[in-house]
Amino acid sequence: MDIPTDTPPKPSPVPDGKPTPTEQKRASRGATRPGDRIFLGLSRGSGIVLLGIMAAVAAFLAYRSSVALADDSGNFLTTFEWDPAGITTGGKPYFGIAVLVFGTIVSSIIALVIAVPIAVGIALFISHYAPRQLAAPIAYVIDLLAAVPSIVYGLWGAIVVAPNLTGLYSWLDDYFGWTGIFEYQGGAPRSLMTVGILLAIMILPIITNVSREVFLQVPKFNEEAALALGATRWEVIRMSVLPFGRSGIISASMLGLGRALGETIAVATVLSPSFIIQASVLDYGGGTFAQNIASKFSEADEYGRDALIASGLVLFVITLLVNGAARMIIARRKEYSGANA
Amino acid sequence: MSITTVKPTGTPGGKPSPSDLKAARLPRWSPYVIAVGSLAVGCGIGLAADLDSRMQWGLIAAILFVGVSYFLSATVEGGRQAKDRLATSVVWVMFLLAVVPLASLIYETVKRGSKVLDGYFLTHSMGVVADDEAGGGIYHALIGTLEQVGLACLIAVPIGLLTAIYLVEYGRGKLAKTVTFFVDVMTGIPSIVAGLFVLSFWILMLGFGPSGWAGAMALSILMMPVVVRSTEEMLKLVPNELREASLALGVPKWRTILKVVLPTAIGGITTGVMLAVARIAGETAPVLLLVWGTPVINSDPFKDAQASLPLYIYQQYQSGNQVGYDRAWAAALALIVFIMILNIVARGIARWKAPKTGR
Repeated sequence: MDIPTDTPPKPSPVPDGKPTPTEQKRASRGATRPGDRIFLGLSRGSGIVLLGIMAAVAAFLAYRSSVALADDSGNFLTTFEWDPAGITTGGKPYFGIAVLVFGTIVSSIIALVIAVPIAVGIALFISHYAPRQLAAPIAYVIDLLAAVPSIVYGLWGAIVVAPNLTGLYSWLDDYFGWTGIFEYQGGAPRSLMTVGILLAIMILPIITNVSREVFLQVPKFNEEAALALGATRWEVIRMSVLPFGRSGIISASMLGLGRALGETIAVATVLSPSFIIQASVLDYGGGTFAQNIASKFSEADEYGRDALIASGLVLFVITLLVNGAARMIIARRKEYSGANA
Repeated sequence: MSITTVKPTGTPGGKPSPSDLKAARLPRWSPYVIAVGSLAVGCGIGLAADLDSRMQWGLIAAILFVGVSYFLSATVEGGRQAKDRLATSVVWVMFLLAVVPLASLIYETVKRGSKVLDGYFLTHSMGVVADDEAGGGIYHALIGTLEQVGLACLIAVPIGLLTAIYLVEYGRGKLAKTVTFFVDVMTGIPSIVAGLFVLSFWILMLGFGPSGWAGAMALSILMMPVVVRSTEEMLKLVPNELREASLALGVPKWRTILKVVLPTAIGGITTGVMLAVARIAGETAPVLLLVWGTPVINSDPFKDAQASLPLYIYQQYQSGNQVGYDRAWAAALALIVFIMILNIVARGIARWKAPKTGR
């Protein structure tokens, strides 16, 4: 503990002047000295600045979106086109987010379906299965996955992973093609499925970390009671760890979902986009909000940018809702678990 | 595996066990033997059936391992133990499954990136190099990334630190709760949305052009919540006795915070800031919208388009030829090394300066 010794102890604990009872009371609250007032003001101020930034993000996006939406000749929610310059309609802007909503949701669902079981498995591995000396290094390796920048994932996904997926996709087409979802007509496997696989790898660390935290909070008594009754390790996990951690897993998945929804550059590198909605997740085509913004930005004029901002606002609201809900679940269980007190 | 169950009479399996109190168990070494065996068989099948993807070999081995250990255990030890073994092997397989992409990513990046990455690559820009021409480097991108990240730190660190101090040292009541909640929500803002915000505010409304500064503003929005969160955690670790001792000596609260609380937690705070830097240094989306990128060296972050390392990777990838790919991989390797060094140093500081809480 290095407490700096250069802080001179004040001779009297009370500020100068006669300490009246009320003054003493105020002094104990610690906000009477000018230094304290300034410091409190500064720190409270930056908290307010932070809130202000959030409000400003919402306000500015909403304002620019309203500019864009006022001139949209298509229906913003149901149009299957992105043509803010009005090339096909003779100058009238014509765009909508239907395809983007579809692509974003589908790719995120694929990511969650792949990532959640694996992440929960790894979290259990770290908290309950791994040899004790191994647990910390393994957690570190998972953190490394989180530290890799998304552009590197994109590069790796587009050049290394995607070409290797044709085999898997033709196999899926052979056996599950009849469902319509896994139909594959050949061609570059730069599809929503590939995006989903890549997103799954990218959101793995956050889901793992949050669920691991929750699993480690399971009261030891519950586990020991189960062990004392002769339960095997799996039964301990099924009877005491998973029920306790269920809400934690849900909120972890939602945090991962928030990540997946907003991922931009990895999707933009891997996906070969087109403005269509198709049942097959293996054929290329489709698009996501963030990917569309990144890909269309360079060719957009000022109105085109406003249109992209309008789609960004939708993305912002969706991620806000998802993240907010996840955080509320976490906060609520913190209150009664008592493990964090 | 030290749990033994009392075997009720007439359990499945039914074989007489060495001791009446112990159920029949597979020997301790059995998982290893099954693992090696199924790996060998997996490779054998792969060779025999001429499967060219090593992933398939591994998958066959994994399925064999899970299946064989389940059936062996089900016949020798009974259903409950078999389920336990099944769960154990599935969890192990899940873990290995997660390591594969990381290993492949690092292997490919190092293999493909080291082709071009050398001193020349680090000290030259793309100023006179055409897209499909070999040569050139990332000097301009390095400068851009360092300046943008530095500026973002200048904005985000003071605000983040002060907010965390407010939340831990002063924060009671509604405002603190709201700030906590929105800091959490803010961690989840997609980077592209932060970019769009600065775009609508700085470029579309105020009419400025693209610049490193605009990118830095967006990056600072992404960085703030991370700094707040990690600083908050660290300040909470500072023992209350230290604060009380200082306050009891009559030291004003603000001096207590500056001279006692912050120095105690400084190691962890530095770690948090460095991890936040590592996170924003790899952000491409806001930079794409706000800094635009340029092939020449521009060391003035307040004027005109700048380059940045992640954006450089993206643009080289988009050039769509082998030379561009090579450069993209080399830049990716440089970026990963930069971020890993930040990570390792940050964790080193955390370990070295960790506050001893006495617990």
